Amino acid sequence: MSSTETVERHLQGRYKHGFFTDIEADALPPGLNEDVIRAISARKREPEWLLEWRLRAYRKFLKMTEPHWAHLDIEPIDFQAISYYSAPKSDKDRPKSLDEVDPKLLETYDKLGVPLHERAKLAGVAVDAVFDSVSVGTTFKKELEKAGVIFCSFAEAAREHPELVRKYLGTVVPQHDNYFAALNSAVFSDGSFVYVPKGVRCPMELSTYFRINAAETGQFERTLVIADEGSYVSYLEGCTAPMRDENQLHAAVVELVALEGAEIKYSTVQNWYPGDEEGKGGIYNFVTKRGDCRGDRSRISWTQVETGSAITWKYPSCVLRGDDTVGEFYSVALTNNYQQADTGTKMIHLGKNTRSKIISKGISAGHGQNAYRGLVKVGKQAENARNFTQCDSMLIGKRCGAHTFPYIEVQNPTAKVEHEATTSRIGEDQLFYCLQRGIGEEDAVSMIVDGFCKQVFRELPMEFAVEAKALLEISLEGAVG
Amino acid sequence: MLKISNLHATVDGKEILRGLDLEVGAGEVHAIMGPNGSGKSTLGNVITGREGYEVTEGSVTYQGKDLLELSPEERACEGVFLAFQYPVEIPGVNNTYFLRAALNAQRKHRGEEELDSVAFLKLVREKLEVLHIGDELLHRAVNEGFSGGEKKRNEIFQMAVLEPRLAILDETDSGLDIDALRTVAEGVNRLRSPDRAMVLVTHYQRLLDHIEPDRVHVLANGRIVASGGPGLARRLEEEGYAWLDEGGIAEVAEAS
Ligand SMILES: Nc1ncnc2c1ncn2[C@@H]1O[C@H](COP(=O)(O)OP(=O)(O)OP(=O)(O)O)[C@@H](O)[C@H]1O
Ligand SMILES: [Mg+2]
Repeated sequence: MSSTETVERHLQGRYKHGFFTDIEADALPPGLNEDVIRAISARKREPEWLLEWRLRAYRKFLKMTEPHWAHLDIEPIDFQAISYYSAPKSDKDRPKSLDEVDPKLLETYDKLGVPLHERAKLAGVAVDAVFDSVSVGTTFKKELEKAGVIFCSFAEAAREHPELVRKYLGTVVPQHDNYFAALNSAVFSDGSFVYVPKGVRCPMELSTYFRINAAETGQFERTLVIADEGSYVSYLEGCTAPMRDENQLHAAVVELVALEGAEIKYSTVQNWYPGDEEGKGGIYNFVTKRGDCRGDRSRISWTQVETGSAITWKYPSCVLRGDDTVGEFYSVALTNNYQQADTGTKMIHLGKNTRSKIISKGISAGHGQNAYRGLVKVGKQAENARNFTQCDSMLIGKRCGAHTFPYIEVQNPTAKVEHEATTSRIGEDQLFYCLQRGIGEEDAVSMIVDGFCKQVFRELPMEFAVEAKALLEISLEGAVG
Repeated sequence: MLKISNLHATVDGKEILRGLDLEVGAGEVHAIMGPNGSGKSTLGNVITGREGYEVTEGSVTYQGKDLLELSPEERACEGVFLAFQYPVEIPGVNNTYFLRAALNAQRKHRGEEELDSVAFLKLVREKLEVLHIGDELLHRAVNEGFSGGEKKRNEIFQMAVLEPRLAILDETDSGLDIDALRTVAEGVNRLRSPDRAMVLVTHYQRLLDHIEPDRVHVLANGRIVASGGPGLARRLEEEGYAWLDEGGIAEVAEAS
């Protein structure tokens, strides 16, 4: 799947009589079998052991059935109708300049404050290689190398750092963890790999901002982040541009490993194509994200802002294995039109004196359905575990819904688990208060929503927070009135 | 400036205002008194265009324009301000940020340049000083966790910054301590000018001790049933509303 196709599709969707270009792609024919997996592995020039690993996962996948427990209404997915590998198109098929790109798409970039040369890239325009994400990546790479930090594509890591990949891959999210994780393990296309050595504070925020938006992005990324003893890393992933992706299924796996005293902050701003106003099209976003606080005194914090996708099914989790470890989850999930989100977190307390905090903000507008599903589990050995959960829902309009499903399993009597939940309709009185001061309706709504999300936005790095805010505004356009 | 004729309005299908007439000229301050549930807040909501308040008959003209044609935010931008009887909380939205967004929306409407944060902060500090309000309320979210009196003070502060043409204060004096009452009076008196008008909805004479109104009206059962000079308010405070004839509109002679 490339951005070119994305733009094409977008153009077709918006303009019935728009031009149509026949695109040739280096894609595998639709279908899922062992040969497809072999072909993917060969194209990525993977070592033999990784191919074997994929095949093992595929065999497990075949024995599993799709989950049905999420609070979602999903059309059955035909896994044989999906193409599992699609390489970027050649430059000649791309739009030649921004003039050929849907102005509406550019307008969106404009609102997001994406710089001009980035816009071209996001829209899939063939631009000068200077703006290529690969070269952007390499400028940072020098500085990272000096610090000993490894930050590269997953395929590259499998070739260059096999010992690290083999040691940690699948140790946080086992292949058979769930249906989509098994599928991902078999067919993952690419993703990122991060290793921060002992005692190193990563000198910059690591971001897949470019790569996720670049043409190479597959539907099945695999991300592995390892923070060695006493290290710190902040990792951002985002598709902050509303990418009009035609993929039906996006099933990523993210594994985080924090060793003794290490800290990982993982932030996501997700805005995959949500489908149109009637609920046609859009991404099915089934993602397994889990962090393992493996060493004592380690800390993992997830922050996510989810505004895209037709369907989101996602529970970034923390396994608090070491003693004195801390897990945090800050989430804003917005659903508009016919979007559905079933998201939340799992905090698994295994070590002593472990602490977790969950702040979840769900916003529903239009016919959107938003469910928070959270599990707090305290194991037998987890003396003095503490959890605080705050789960707030905001409804905009009368046809949307919010649902909260907290699950609490406590096996140790010293545990303290607190849960607070609120649901509010965006106050007609709040809205009127703003209007009466002269603030227009859309500005008023985004102001109120922004205030509602403040606790989560505060956790994001500055630029990301600004983008997240802009995204919410765009996603809510026309939600009221 | 404001002319209301034979105004009928319903809420949830129930008629609350039943043929209300009121005229407020530029430079004037009018007080409206009246029993609980008589329709005073409803009048404020109808004038400012709140959703759910339906005008079934009559007209409201403001500066020669049909006010009922305009959206709530247009009315605000045209200089109509309501100090709410119960100001709402907007969690997470900074008070200063909110007020700047409001002021700039209004300036934009008037074709004036928007104020940057430095210029705005300067303006805000001036107003705080005049009104003897501390600046701690600048750093908090809009009305969030404010005490009743702080909320009312915040309304007056907003009014001072926005400098409306027509200000309606709905029981802004209720529940205030003496100092806060002075703040409210100060806010109103500072804004008094030949091209502005104000309507004070109140139950008590004590506000009117600080602000001398030009006219006092009694609203009962959705209509103005009596009007007079400042003396009317004093008489109401002493005698209540029972002596008023609800049948016809009375022009009450000055008692003092
Ligand atoms: N949203 C509403 N739904 C139903 N009834 C309403 C609504 N708003 C006002 N009313 C009714 O309209 C009448 C007038 O209310 P209003 O708030 O205007 O009175 P008021 O004169 O301001 O009283 P107070 O002095 O107690 O503030 C009351 O009977 C009230 O119950
Ligand atoms: Mg009232």
